[in-house]
Amino acid sequence: MANIMIRQNPAGGLVFYLPKRDLEAAIDSIEFDAPEKWGGELKLENGGSYYVDPIPKPARLPVSVRAKRLGAAED
Amino acid sequence: MAALTREDTEALIAEVLEVYPEKAKKDRAKHLMVNDKTLESSKKCITSNRKSLPGVMTMRGCAYAGSKGVVWGPIKDIISISHGPVGCGQYARAGRRNYYVGTTGVDAFCEINFTSDFQEKDIVFGGDKKLAKLITEIEQLFPLNKGISVQSECPIGLIGDDIEAVSKKASAEIGKPVVPVRCEGFRGVSQSLGHHIANDSVRDFILSNRDGQAFEKTPYDVAILGDYNIGGDAWASRILLEEMGLRVVAQWSGDGTLAEMENTPNVKLNLLHCYRSMNYISRHMEEKYGIPWLEYNFFGPTKIKESLRKIAAFFDDKIKEGAERVIAKYTPGMEAVIAKYRPRLEAKKVMLYVGGLRPRHVVGAYEDLGMEVVGTGYEFAHNDDYDRTIKEMGDTTLIYDDVTGYEFERFVDAMKPDLIGSGIKEKYVFHKMGVPFRQLHSWDYSGPYHGVDGFAIFARDMDMTLNNPCWTKLTPPWLKKEPEPLKQAA
Repeated sequence: MANIMIRQNPAGGLVFYLPKRDLEAAIDSIEFDAPEKWGGELKLENGGSYYVDPIPKPARLPVSVRAKRLGAAED
Repeated sequence: MAALTREDTEALIAEVLEVYPEKAKKDRAKHLMVNDKTLESSKKCITSNRKSLPGVMTMRGCAYAGSKGVVWGPIKDIISISHGPVGCGQYARAGRRNYYVGTTGVDAFCEINFTSDFQEKDIVFGGDKKLAKLITEIEQLFPLNKGISVQSECPIGLIGDDIEAVSKKASAEIGKPVVPVRCEGFRGVSQSLGHHIANDSVRDFILSNRDGQAFEKTPYDVAILGDYNIGGDAWASRILLEEMGLRVVAQWSGDGTLAEMENTPNVKLNLLHCYRSMNYISRHMEEKYGIPWLEYNFFGPTKIKESLRKIAAFFDDKIKEGAERVIAKYTPGMEAVIAKYRPRLEAKKVMLYVGGLRPRHVVGAYEDLGMEVVGTGYEFAHNDDYDRTIKEMGDTTLIYDDVTGYEFERFVDAMKPDLIGSGIKEKYVFHKMGVPFRQLHSWDYSGPYHGVDGFAIFARDMDMTLNNPCWTKLTPPWLKKEPEPLKQAA
């Protein structure tokens, strides 16, 4: 489990940020994106994927959440 | 001469790597690339923020350098104690020329080295008592300090001193923030982690100190983040922002004060110059206080104009007008600078190797002067920096991460740049090779280089270095071709 921060970039897309490793990557897809259920599996542009327990959609971004690593990007 | 083609550059990289043993070669190859503007992400082509190989000459610093030297050091009314043996603090003292207004030793303390001067007995028995005593003494001798930060050097982490407990107790005693910073030099691979640790300690001990207190806000409050006022940089940036109608509440951390930092959560927009060293705190403020942050670049007229408009877009028409007014006011002056120096600098080639921001930020300024950046690289950047760099640089530019002394010399040998911009450790090597050189860490005792005033100085300095007559005098007289013998009088 790691603390991550999800923020919105000026273009409107979501950006994943892992402070511990200074890893910033665009989020390609988010599993649940409804007002009452938001989160699930995050697929990153660098090939990695993380899982965030679904929560009600935060009123404003960025938000820090705990995430579990499903598949790491190769590096 | 035009820049090298892609094939040439790739061949050069391969040639330079030839000398390494197999394993080192494989590792170093990942840190070198030829730029390709079409790439979206640098991830596939360059590896960064990795431990330097033992045995090669790296030019990196340590976490202590990142925290004490960069982030905490320039805050003028906080006393930063170099906790540990005397050397780290003394040899890094005042080297970055972070200018400030104040009376040193009375209400400003940047240039003084405060250290606990560890001896053998402190290593054996622990230095906590010494630290507590030191803080009491500082408070007696320098009562106008607004806070104290304890910057750990390597031994503190190794012997496991509890600086947090000492700081907490001391803070209660003197009634001022005492911030323990765990920035021991061995942490991380470069100074970059030191920036992160310093940002985190600011977040934990400083940022929220005045939450809930009254603060007279205006709709035009901004903070300058990541400008360390080297040679007066932050001042040159600040006047532009103030002239367009914004109110600069805080400078982080060049010529900054503790009060400014504590008031920063009240601003409307954080302006981030050095992304690498202050993005952490910007991200935190964005989440906690909802303050957006914006990267800007005040090197060279093109980027200044672009940045001023970008900043103004966050505000109402009054500021937008202000930005246009500022641009209109300064454009003739900047054009005069270009008209004066461009003919002398046109088509000259530059190679850069600096820290975490300038390898891409100063490119605009060089281009405004008609110069071409043929190679660039960072000491301690991460992949997000390279993502940004790829877009700034021309195609086929050579990019090198954490370049070794050997590689850098070979690259310079092969690419024959007219000017190199790097740090003091590289300076004399290249002087001896006969290549003009400017320090781009501390502006070679000059500056400011930011903003409109800075651009004029930047252009002058580049001309002064590049067209210095000394470069024609490198051949010693006894190796020179015999001049025509003077005709003897009959």
